[in-house]
Amino acid sequence: MATLFQGLGALTSLSPSNSKRSLLSSRRSLSERKAGIFVVRSDARANQTGARKHDLLITNAVATKEGSSVASTSKPGHELLLFEALREGLEEEMERDPNVCVMGEDVGHYGGSYKVTKDLANKFGDLRVLDTPIAENAFTGMGIGAAMTGLRPVIEGMNMGFLLLAFNQISNNCGMLHYTSGGQFKIPVVIRGPGGVGRQLGAEHSQRLESYFQSIPGIQMVACSTPNNAKGLMKAAIRSDNPVILFEHVLLYNLKERIPDEEYVLSLEEAEMVRPGEHVTILTYSRMRYHVMQAAKTLVNKGYDPEVIDIRSLKPFDLHTIGNSVKKTHRVLIVEECMRTGGIGTSLTAAISENFNDYLDAPIVCLSSQDVPTPYAGPLEEMTVVQPAQIVTAVE
Amino acid sequence: MALSRLASSSSSSSSTVGSKFLKPLTAAFSLRRSISSDSNPITIETSVPFTAHNCDPPSRSVETSTAELHSFFRQMATMRRMEIAADSLYKAKLIRGFCHLYDGQEAVAIGMEAGITKKDAIITAYRDHCTFLGRGGTLLEIFSELMGRVDGCSKGKGGSMHFYRKETNFYGGHGIVGAQVPLGCGVAFAQKYSKDEAVTFALYGDGAANQGQLFEALNIAALWDLPAILVCENNHYGMGTAEWRAAKSPAYYKRGDYVPGLKVDGMDVLAVKQACKFAKEHALKNGPIILEMDTYRYHGHSMSDPGSTYRTRDEISGVRQERDPLERVRKLLVSHEVATEKELKDMEKEVRKEVDEAIAKAKESSMPDPSDLYKNIYVKGYGVEAFGVDRKEVRVTLP
Repeated sequence: MATLFQGLGALTSLSPSNSKRSLLSSRRSLSERKAGIFVVRSDARANQTGARKHDLLITNAVATKEGSSVASTSKPGHELLLFEALREGLEEEMERDPNVCVMGEDVGHYGGSYKVTKDLANKFGDLRVLDTPIAENAFTGMGIGAAMTGLRPVIEGMNMGFLLLAFNQISNNCGMLHYTSGGQFKIPVVIRGPGGVGRQLGAEHSQRLESYFQSIPGIQMVACSTPNNAKGLMKAAIRSDNPVILFEHVLLYNLKERIPDEEYVLSLEEAEMVRPGEHVTILTYSRMRYHVMQAAKTLVNKGYDPEVIDIRSLKPFDLHTIGNSVKKTHRVLIVEECMRTGGIGTSLTAAISENFNDYLDAPIVCLSSQDVPTPYAGPLEEMTVVQPAQIVTAVE
Repeated sequence: MALSRLASSSSSSSSTVGSKFLKPLTAAFSLRRSISSDSNPITIETSVPFTAHNCDPPSRSVETSTAELHSFFRQMATMRRMEIAADSLYKAKLIRGFCHLYDGQEAVAIGMEAGITKKDAIITAYRDHCTFLGRGGTLLEIFSELMGRVDGCSKGKGGSMHFYRKETNFYGGHGIVGAQVPLGCGVAFAQKYSKDEAVTFALYGDGAANQGQLFEALNIAALWDLPAILVCENNHYGMGTAEWRAAKSPAYYKRGDYVPGLKVDGMDVLAVKQACKFAKEHALKNGPIILEMDTYRYHGHSMSDPGSTYRTRDEISGVRQERDPLERVRKLLVSHEVATEKELKDMEKEVRKEVDEAIAKAKESSMPDPSDLYKNIYVKGYGVEAFGVDRKEVRVTLP
């Protein structure tokens, strides 16, 4: 428990100096620390999940806090881009565990289409960083088969949309084998790749697969949004014994942030408090977080105080953090990039209204992308996705 | 009893489909007696030569022993009896859903086991009851799982199509046609990664042979030199569609193109054993190989298929009379004077009793507890809530 106080001390010492800094710097890491403490200290919980969840979250929260408290006192951390953060996480895990291998198209000699696996083939060899032919169904299946024996493959879809070809493998084999074998086999795969709407990439390369995968029982889904959480989530996903789908976003790969030098692993089921506030809870994930933060600036100027939470864990939802926020603000706005029909937002709306209906003062508003294939033309593409101005209007 | 040997080629020159099955049968065995003593090695020639594609076929002389032949007979009788019992249980509505029976194809499962070790992995599709038994499963586990009881191999949560046995490297048990082949290649990859010196047999049917993911996986396996052996259990019908109506080229062993293939008489347990041994050696050195087992199933595709709308009863009974794998072994045992007819009949009666006892015991086994619904969804669950039917009741914490 000493670390708790140490972390608290670090937090209080930093908070006055970091009031309205730039969004991409320490505020995020600060809020992450706070999220860690937040979870550990609170006792009142909307869902009585008992000691088990406490234990798991406490361990992870302590890990985060230890890392961050040391970071604040000794080393300043190092700056890097999101794809480099992913690569660092992957590299560290590959060094730590010889069973981790990567398979995907052009991940080896080419270095990865988004450079996430650059130079890993040179370091670890062809057997651990495997260039596959263009056969998503087959190599996803092979990754799952290898995982059944105990290997921990990281399967990369060059674009998340291509993984639709492997849907059968992901749904039936990846998600369900642990259950249908009565617990005999576990599938510790990580399926990752960039998704989301990019810059005029066209309809087929701008898909948001989280809405299709969310009903599959047995898998966990997380979405990263900053270099900090990208590295932490990558490591957590690899260490997890469950199949995890890690959603990255095409446009976020070049984000720069300072991350701690020492090793840290984030919890796969935790949400991140980006900006605490009092008036309204805005729930978001991945790229929409930045649109929300932009809108938040406008909102603050207009006198509102939004609380912004990056939900990070898309399956299961971190109803604990979200619930506490709802109890505080009584108003919820969900901003997501999925389509209106059947997206993460609709599931989240349902989950919140069922669990926290008594705490809501107003109906939940959900802003999602339009139910259209993403057009190529720039202005049209902008119209399909939620923009900051719309967020501001919705809050008002 | 010397019988004339008729060399027959595997490609049929006759016009009707039905006679294709009887042709290989008319060849017979030639016996070579070795010096007799107690648990004897015997060398027997397979009835049909192997047909090879891009490789040299193995020899037709198979080394076996009297003890092995005995065990073949016993195991096949058990499998046969088990499948027939499963048939009655299904009709008695104790087994529900889908039930795909393997009788007629026993030689493939048993011959394969005889040619490999338990370190090698086997993965197959949904016709997996006998393969599971061959991998060390018990009759109790099988019947319990079929009836959805908690003593089943997958604790009642898998069913007929989802038998798994991790200790002996049996990877299932898969419902979606063809999906198990990439999984099998993945297991082979893991074996190569961990330098296990073991191989993986990925079984699929003639219907699944037309799946794209099979060729994708084969390409990757050949590219990376994986110790994967793809075995096509060609029972000539993909559910209700005959192979010549589904495949432009029904020579499944040749479909690998650059990957060598071998066509084997799947009703001859010794031929299967020889082929699997050969394939294992080949795969460990040279990468993937395709085996096509020419076999036949007596039942329909599953219990809801009578099996007679797309083939004639004469064809089925013809194969049963002339190519039945169990009868072959019986004839071998009798003709080599290893066992008498009466001894074999007694063995069959014993087997029948074992199966009946297993069924009785399985019937006593309990249904899974309601809390089992939420177990094993995640490894080390972390307290997520799972909702009941209307999302308001039955809020359970996932264990």
